[in-house]
Amino acid sequence: MQAITIDNLAKSYGTVRAVDGVSFEVRSGEIFGMVGPNGAGKTTTIECLEGLRRPDGGKIRVLGLDPQRQGYELRERIGVQLQEGSLPDRLRVGEAMEVFSSFYRKPITWPPLLELIGLADKSKAAFGKLSGGQKQRLLIALALVNDPELVFLDELTTGLDPQARRAMWDMVKGIRDKGKTVFLTTHYMEEAEHLCDRVAIIDRGIIVALDSPQNLVAALEAENRVVFSVKEKIDAAPFKKIPGVTRVEQSEERVIIYGKGDGLLVRIVMALESGRIRFRDLRTEQPNLDDVFIALTGKEMRD
Amino acid sequence: MRGLGKLILMQIKLYIREPVATFFTVIFAPMLLVLFGAIYGNKPNPFFGGRGTIDISVPSYIALIIISVGFMGIPIATAADREAGVLRRFRTTPLRPSAYIFSNIAAYYLMTLVGVIVLVIVGKAGYGMRFSGNILSCWLGFTLAVLAFFAMGYVVASLAPTARIAQAVGMILAFPMMFLGGASIPMEVLPQSVRNFGRFIPSSHVVTLMRGLWIGESWTKHLTEAAVLGGVLILGMFLAARTFRWE
Repeated sequence: MQAITIDNLAKSYGTVRAVDGVSFEVRSGEIFGMVGPNGAGKTTTIECLEGLRRPDGGKIRVLGLDPQRQGYELRERIGVQLQEGSLPDRLRVGEAMEVFSSFYRKPITWPPLLELIGLADKSKAAFGKLSGGQKQRLLIALALVNDPELVFLDELTTGLDPQARRAMWDMVKGIRDKGKTVFLTTHYMEEAEHLCDRVAIIDRGIIVALDSPQNLVAALEAENRVVFSVKEKIDAAPFKKIPGVTRVEQSEERVIIYGKGDGLLVRIVMALESGRIRFRDLRTEQPNLDDVFIALTGKEMRD
Repeated sequence: MRGLGKLILMQIKLYIREPVATFFTVIFAPMLLVLFGAIYGNKPNPFFGGRGTIDISVPSYIALIIISVGFMGIPIATAADREAGVLRRFRTTPLRPSAYIFSNIAAYYLMTLVGVIVLVIVGKAGYGMRFSGNILSCWLGFTLAVLAFFAMGYVVASLAPTARIAQAVGMILAFPMMFLGGASIPMEVLPQSVRNFGRFIPSSHVVTLMRGLWIGESWTKHLTEAAVLGGVLILGMFLAARTFRWE
């Protein structure tokens, strides 16, 4: 059962092709993430799915509906948190929940929802007086007042501090665990890796990869790195002999050993021991989605 | 329409919480009335056709209230809501766009009406304002003027690229409307040249219409005013519908 199917979506602004032939499917009950740098086409795609933008070409079905022709019916059943959406500063938290609830055929009772997002004691607070994280949580709560089957979250944690970001991740997992489908966009690879069941990497309006974060990283077949610090120059030869090691680098006190395979770390530590080399700050670095992005696009994620 | 009642209530609450808007809608005109009432009283004056200062000021100040809501309240609030993404947020719900606009207009209309009622009460209780018109007729004239000016306000909001520009343009249009059309300074006091020019300002037609209806003149005597305001309303609605932007 697919929550979203999108086939060859295209949208241009003037001469700029914001989305250039994007196709994918989102399964019911998964957290699907679209990641890529700013300007890659994420928001355009999400807004076409929500029916807020008219595509130039391609076919979209969201919960079996056409967002352009059946937009009102669709909006009964989806929840939307916009990247650039806001509320009047003088509107109070409880009033916002009450008003937005009243737009839907079957709203849920909202006070428990405020409890859930930790704003129960802020019911009388004005929107403009809330912190960035509190505003974001309220906007998510508003996206849930109709008990939607599918929730869109656009740049959910941009501008939040790390602690608020973690809290937000738990909230999103909670939404998925209630059986809902989540479609989110982010330009934080770490967020996609932590949160998403499947990830589509988009760059310049084109999907360059789509899979689970684990599979994407595994497909890279990238090397692990073992990093440590030493007091003086080491002899690289014994380390190069270790099976799986491809390269040894030293600059000043810092040594990086590149390699693949299980047991790499153990063998390196044993070589250090037998060579009586005193080392400190040893750690391993695994390839992550950032490396996937660099490998696929040949550039760093711009922030 | 689901949710419309709650939405209108929300718009009214938000309006009342904006001190500047509330001041110009509900307090400014009655304050002027008290000020000029204290100076001139409300004795019948041949200069005003046998009426007192208060008698002619109350219907004129109705135009003043309408101008401040139409040219300062609506453009600023609408453009600011658009800029902040408030309008976008409402568009993601099943709410029809027309329902949102309607709730806005209804709230502005009701607040303007409250301003007028306060003005009339102050005039009546404070200075024994004389009224010899038909209430229904006056309400119709008021409603026509309000809708015409609101339509112009939405056009300003739609054409201005930012809230700051909407504010500036609204002000630039509001001041001549307030001072050259007889809305604050009685037309009888203005020099002939200004009065000639004033005829091209829509607010002068609101003042003429309301002052006429206030003393019981019939609509047939005010076909020009009705036609001008009706024309402004139709043109304004057409332009507003063509230019309105959600983002």
